[in-house]
Amino acid sequence: MARATRLEYRNVTMRFADAAGRGVTAVAGVSLAVGDAEVVALIGPSGCGKSTLLNIGAGLYAPSKGTAFVDGEPVEGPNAHVAFMLQKDLLLPWRTVVENVMLGAEIHGQPRPQRRQRAQELLDGFGLAEFAARFPHQLSGGMRQRAALARTLAVDPSVLLLDEPFSAVDAQTRMVLQGDLARTLTRAGKTALLITHDLTEAVTLADRVFVMSARPGRIVEEMTIDLPQRNDPLARRRDPRVNDYVARLMDRLHIGEGALEPHGAECGA
Amino acid sequence: MSARPRLPPGTGASLALFVVFLAAWEWGPGLLGIPTYIIPSLSEVAREAVRMWQLSHVLMHTGVTTGEVLAGFVLGSLLGAVIGYLLGMSPPTEVALSPYILALQIAPKVAFAPLFILWMGYSVYPKILVAVLIVFFPVMVNVLTAIRTVDPDLINLARSFKATRAQIFWKIEFPASIPALFAGLRIASTLAVVGVVVGEFVGGNLGLGFLLTFGEGQANTPMVFVSIVLLTVIGGVAYLAVVLTEQRVLHYLPARNTDRRVG
Repeated sequence: MARATRLEYRNVTMRFADAAGRGVTAVAGVSLAVGDAEVVALIGPSGCGKSTLLNIGAGLYAPSKGTAFVDGEPVEGPNAHVAFMLQKDLLLPWRTVVENVMLGAEIHGQPRPQRRQRAQELLDGFGLAEFAARFPHQLSGGMRQRAALARTLAVDPSVLLLDEPFSAVDAQTRMVLQGDLARTLTRAGKTALLITHDLTEAVTLADRVFVMSARPGRIVEEMTIDLPQRNDPLARRRDPRVNDYVARLMDRLHIGEGALEPHGAECGA
Repeated sequence: MSARPRLPPGTGASLALFVVFLAAWEWGPGLLGIPTYIIPSLSEVAREAVRMWQLSHVLMHTGVTTGEVLAGFVLGSLLGAVIGYLLGMSPPTEVALSPYILALQIAPKVAFAPLFILWMGYSVYPKILVAVLIVFFPVMVNVLTAIRTVDPDLINLARSFKATRAQIFWKIEFPASIPALFAGLRIASTLAVVGVVVGEFVGGNLGLGFLLTFGEGQANTPMVFVSIVLLTVIGGVAYLAVVLTEQRVLHYLPARNTDRRVG
């Protein structure tokens, strides 16, 4: 595919000091590139550094070695091209839903009428228009996650970094939210890196899936998902070929061999 | 939620208990043969209150104490909050200063009252200063803990939007600390009365603390009781004012059953 690269990790290594002060390599020599408007999923065992990669892409951590690039520019700190969304909705309880959606634009110093209009449009698009003036605790988990997605899109990033965005909601809500996300990404032509534990989610939402190894995390497999309708994961889900992809990923992750990872949820990814 | 606010279960029992308490106060001492100079009955205390109103400038003394409590509470809370935020935002500063702040907290602050009287004379200032010292700590600790426990992902979210340090403080950390700040202010509102009364005990001829020791010197037990009741009212009003403000400010939180809990 001859499209511009939006997000790229070039030979990225990340070392931390753990609680005992020993050096731990979370990510080792990871290189991957995500093209314009492409959705790439990243899967792998817990603690293999997936979230670390995401934080590096967002400019929150500086890698020990290597560089991340967004739109061809090295990431040297948080920048306006990237926005992230986590499993936690991170809605501020003291702000109404529309004020939460405006947070990023507000920090960027966008004038109030402009950012309010943009937030209102996004909320309309997610069916949350009538909840704009409510506070987060008055919303269901799914609605809160939709609001979080709206907040992520409100700053109009070219790259979205999504860290298990739907793993805290129930299975039905998750399918609805996956549909929201896929439609939005396709319509707006956004580039996304999606971290997930859910193999079906990876296959139904992504153009390509990368598999990472246990710590130190390396890319061990790249799989192109050659299925139509990336904008409609519910339709994809009915495609029997999804099962083949999921089965291949299970084999690659050695699921079914019964071993649990020694690291557990140590670094939460 | 019904349109008319319903009183929570137990309100009736609480009121009944109050009536029983007043009745026991009125008739209990007589029935048990307790002399008036130990526990005066409710009606004797009420008579003394009327006498004090007419002859002892009780309103003026109450006003002085109220003013000192207010000044001590506002200044002490402000100081506690500001230092709490500064320490919360700068861990090295906290490490450097915390032993001294802790020493100040461990030192019994009421013991400073005579010293402050020596320094500042028989004015309102030593009383206010004792209140400031007592109020300072709970507010500071609550604010500091709140700043320390803000979800780091919230900070990262703001950082990812390129927020400046000031923006992170005003948009995330400060609002996140408000519930804890109010928890500290609740404690502070009652402690401010303690600080002022101790100051008034030690020196001067103004305030309810003075009236209390004056009554004691004359073996006028009803006067002591009246002073205690008025001090309790001042503390109660201060506490209530904090709670009502808290409910207005924290309106965004889900309705809790804990609002009536004393804390």
